[in-house]
Amino acid sequence: MKIKHQRNLVFGLFLAFLCSPPEAALAHAFPDHSDPRVGATVSAPPAMVRIWFDGDLEPAFSTVRVLDGSGKRVDKGDGHVDSSDHTLLEAGLTALHPGVYHVYWSVVAWDGHRTEGDYTFTVK
Amino acid sequence: MGNGQRHSRWTRALMTLGLAAALLMMPLSALAHGLAGKRFFPTTFQVDDPFISDEFSILYNHIRQPGDEPNRASEINIDYSKRILPNFGLEFHDAYLHLGSDGDGSANGWENLEVGAKWQFLTNDEHEAILSVGTDIEIGGTGAHQVSDSSSTISPAFFFGKGLGDLPESARFIRPFAITGVLGPNFPTRSGDPISLTWAFTLQYSLMYLQSYVKDVGLGAPFNRMILVTEFPMQTCMNADCNGQTTGTVNPGIVWAGKFMELGVAAQIPINSRSGNNVGILALFHLFIDDLFPRSLGRPIFP
Repeated sequence: MKIKHQRNLVFGLFLAFLCSPPEAALAHAFPDHSDPRVGATVSAPPAMVRIWFDGDLEPAFSTVRVLDGSGKRVDKGDGHVDSSDHTLLEAGLTALHPGVYHVYWSVVAWDGHRTEGDYTFTVK
Repeated sequence: MGNGQRHSRWTRALMTLGLAAALLMMPLSALAHGLAGKRFFPTTFQVDDPFISDEFSILYNHIRQPGDEPNRASEINIDYSKRILPNFGLEFHDAYLHLGSDGDGSANGWENLEVGAKWQFLTNDEHEAILSVGTDIEIGGTGAHQVSDSSSTISPAFFFGKGLGDLPESARFIRPFAITGVLGPNFPTRSGDPISLTWAFTLQYSLMYLQSYVKDVGLGAPFNRMILVTEFPMQTCMNADCNGQTTGTVNPGIVWAGKFMELGVAAQIPINSRSGNNVGILALFHLFIDDLFPRSLGRPIFP
């Protein structure tokens, strides 16, 4: 059948396309590391929560909130993408007491892909 | 402020405005990849994914098959899936098979072309759940005579994926686990050929998930983007002489997921003598087309 003879050609052409330079894509942004670290217990209350991602973030659509154990918001409401490092999402914190704190983040990469997540840290 | 800096600020403002307009017109939770909430479901080796996306895979498989010679099978599987709508797409599969033996006998050629459609009808972010239904058709007679069948097979199936991220804090180290699976019959179009049931599932433990959402245990690259995967692809004959007989393998392996591609390797251990007597190997190379070409080939035709 004709399809059998054309299969190698179609596959070759498709592979050639895939080998072409990618568009200016930044893909989904996933967290790389954070301060305080995910699941960490810290002895000194942190003044900020900072999360570094593996790609640039869109500042207008990237947010971070921090809640205490009772669900009360303890960040200063100033969550933002750092102007000089677009992979960094950060927010200032009020004076934290010992307890477990929950960080919720939602970010949009420059190509429009949204990712979101959360984690906890504990102040001893 | 210099002209360049001002120009850059205006460019960025315009890009933000454009992105805002685009985001208002499309769902923010992009259905690309196998994402459900925080959960990233990787493409695995032999068990079909529960999600639809724009992706391209090459899977190499080598195993000694049971039965008469030639029985050393080396196969290069090629898969391409394309979204037509954000949650509906088509899938194409073909494979080049080489059958070799210790003696003189050998055969090789393309297997039958398979075409499928899949509808991802549920994505639940909170419970990290994905459900899909689909149908795959192996088109008989499109492969080489030596290695493929002249009859076709129609395979409707139900697909699922579930992450355990909704477990309570006390079970937080279990949260990185996820399961995916597929269940469905295979109907041959030639009368007399046996009907079979595919039941296959995967058990996954995501080091990405552990590191990013549960506990930073200090894993560096490349381990912080790895997912431990064990597959259980099984098939049970439903009638004819083979009624009730099950064949399958257990495939323990590991997958690394980067920003644009996925790499994986797994062993392939037959579950019984009907499935084989030797351990095989699987190697996966996978491209995220939706991330590589987000504005052309990688987006749904009707977004």
